[in-house]
Amino acid sequence: MGQFTGTGRLVRLALRRDRIQLPLWILGTALVVFSMKSAVVGQFPTEKDRLGALRAVVDTPAILMFRNSPTGLSDGDMLAFGALTFIAVVVGFMSTLAVVRHTRQNEETGRTEMIGSMAVGRRAPLTAAMIVVTGANLVLAVLSTLALIASDLPTAGSLAFGLGLGAAGLTFAAIAAVAAQIVEGARSANGIAASAIGAAYLLRGVGDAFGEVQPDGYTMTTAWPTWLSPIGWATLMKPYAGNRWWLLVLPVLLFVVLLWLAFALADRRDIGMGMIAARRGPARAVPRLLSPLGLAWRLQRATLIGWAVAFGVFGALIGSVASAASEAFDEGTGAARTLRELGGDGALTDSFYAAMLTMVGGMAAAYVVQAMLRVRAEEAGGRAEATLATGVGRLRWLGSHLVIAVLGAMFLLLFTGLLAGLLAGLNTDDVGGALGDLVPGAVAQMPATLIMIGYVVLVFGLVPRLAGALGWLGLGVAVAFGQFGELLNLPQAVMDISPFSHVPALPVAEATATPLVMLAVVAVLLGGAGVALFRRRDLAL
Amino acid sequence: MTTAISVSGVVKSFGRSRALDGLDLSVDVGEVHGFLGPNGAGKSTTIRVLLGLLRADAGQVSLLGGHPWRDAVALHRRLAYVPGDVNLWPNLTGGEAIDLFGALRGGLDRRRRDELLERFELDPTKKARTYSKGNRQKVAVVAAFASDVELFLLDEPTSGLDPLMEAAFQECVREVKRQGRTILLSSHIFSEVEALCDRVSIIRQGRTVESGTLAELRHLTRTSISVETARPISGLVELPGVHDAEVAGTHAKFEVDSADLDKVLQYLHRFELRALTSSPPSLEELFMRHYSNQGTREELAGV
Repeated sequence: MGQFTGTGRLVRLALRRDRIQLPLWILGTALVVFSMKSAVVGQFPTEKDRLGALRAVVDTPAILMFRNSPTGLSDGDMLAFGALTFIAVVVGFMSTLAVVRHTRQNEETGRTEMIGSMAVGRRAPLTAAMIVVTGANLVLAVLSTLALIASDLPTAGSLAFGLGLGAAGLTFAAIAAVAAQIVEGARSANGIAASAIGAAYLLRGVGDAFGEVQPDGYTMTTAWPTWLSPIGWATLMKPYAGNRWWLLVLPVLLFVVLLWLAFALADRRDIGMGMIAARRGPARAVPRLLSPLGLAWRLQRATLIGWAVAFGVFGALIGSVASAASEAFDEGTGAARTLRELGGDGALTDSFYAAMLTMVGGMAAAYVVQAMLRVRAEEAGGRAEATLATGVGRLRWLGSHLVIAVLGAMFLLLFTGLLAGLLAGLNTDDVGGALGDLVPGAVAQMPATLIMIGYVVLVFGLVPRLAGALGWLGLGVAVAFGQFGELLNLPQAVMDISPFSHVPALPVAEATATPLVMLAVVAVLLGGAGVALFRRRDLAL
Repeated sequence: MTTAISVSGVVKSFGRSRALDGLDLSVDVGEVHGFLGPNGAGKSTTIRVLLGLLRADAGQVSLLGGHPWRDAVALHRRLAYVPGDVNLWPNLTGGEAIDLFGALRGGLDRRRRDELLERFELDPTKKARTYSKGNRQKVAVVAAFASDVELFLLDEPTSGLDPLMEAAFQECVREVKRQGRTILLSSHIFSEVEALCDRVSIIRQGRTVESGTLAELRHLTRTSISVETARPISGLVELPGVHDAEVAGTHAKFEVDSADLDKVLQYLHRFELRALTSSPPSLEELFMRHYSNQGTREELAGV
């Protein structure tokens, strides 16, 4: 019997399990790609508009960080500038989640053990997962290309755009395959893969932010960090502006190397185990574990620490890049002059802070969604049953996790604001001013974050079995509508669905209490309804 | 108060499927009550209704004199639950989980905990993710028996335990029974039920089909008898209580309802008994017939 016996059947099983999920990811992405051109044309109809915008952009690291280095003025160039990196992140998540779902998650739930007892080769499960994900990325690349060609964009550039996306997806799939061999839990494997996507996004962001402006004043050469990032490779291919096909070699090479590594690791370990052996622990519980709150803290601790590291890196980045932004401002470049005319003294740094703090708000939303969905994981895993069969009431049990999500988000926002403010202040010799800008701006994200908590509690109380899907969907809508709404050229009424559309953009905008209080009230109503529903419903096991 | 658990006419539906369909159950204080039924009969659902984790659609439920949904927290401090499928937090050790369950229940006897750990040969320093099914069950069993509670709700607590551990478990049940505590024991292991239970209730498809003491139930069982006589046997088949009789001259094999055993033996005397072997009435046979779809109450009662 071969190492790969049964792969075909496992591929069919995976496709059957993913028959709704993968098509949704792929078609959704293709639809966003298809809608991009009209959005770009609507936002910047003439070449003059584009030139003006890009001249300002090349001196604004904040925008470069979250978009891409501009490559030209055509429709295709603007599209690659505005949307390529964002879509690459989506494709990355589609790929890593699928790989972990069909490898480590199967092992964790014991399904691989069943499969492994049958006429199935040792390498078949991983091979099947990689075939499915490779196929998904191929289909996605083709559909994206077709969507772009259908929007009347040049064929070659569209192909470069589509293949760049697919190649980025494949690279992240291979990273997830390695992660799934190393750690024992699917959650941890997904966490490692998500960190890789975040790091790739950040690396190319830094590369773009510190890129060199070309003599024409609106295109850029990126700095070296972009070359280290799989998302960066997709942008470096320069779709519609050179189509550097040879860059596809890098993702393909990394894919092959990582895949080889994943198989090598898989051959050397036991099914169900990780590479790191489980350690022994204490025979007795410490007193602080022995309460619902203590238990919730123990379960949430690792998640919060992971996020604190991410927030810390991001805050440090805001604080250090801020000085580069104000240097650009001091140099009296054309863009800085324009911005000074528009927004008055200091506007450049402030708009940079505002853009960054919006991203911090999105990260806080992602943290609380993950933290609150833990209660659903506890319920589905049968551990809530065991806990609620003791002298712990439902309110106290749910409340313990709520307290940690709320305090955790508050801590992350304050920590980021303080760290960014301190570093920015030290760089610009105005610690008080920078703290005064960044700390209130970070804390102002809290009410919108509370709404995300309230929303997850509501879906948990109302439709527990769908809580996971609806929770992440809600996060996607909140971030996409609140932060990328203008890019997608959405009507204001649609953008208003996102709580983050209502957060005043401190320190640019004036601090107004009314929207923040309103957001907090809505959050309490949502959460209160969710708690009440949970207390009245059956446990959904 | 002499009734620990009183359930009457309880209905619970999940969508279109009816898990409990007018279930009755009565457990007295201080007794070990066996709770039996085939897979999917509704045993775990009943226990979850008793715990207030599920809400009954109709019927009356009373637990330790309280209402399982309204008074859930107060009642839970007075009971210990061992689920059929013990799920633990993968990164907590067994010892931590035991302490946690004990504390959340309202206290744990530390000496008893350590003694039980020894008795069940459980290593409390291992992380729960490395435990086998049996070891996860031991965690829940130790946590339950180390708690000072009035009522134990045990849902197939020994399905993953080896025979030595099974013996240790039975010893624990006898100890808490001697202290006057009440136990509802759902089980598929007939020897365990015979060894421990004062009364049993058998449920099928969400309904109680039999309830009584083991002695009462024995009356519903049949003894298998094989006899050899001096003279050819006649008329045996027509006797009340005799089933599946095979008579060949002076040999006969048959089953007889326990209630009619005496009369049948007296009848056989007239053919001058030479040899007789009998297999004792087993509850297993009774359960088997209740578990299978064909078995009905009438058939068992021999009517």
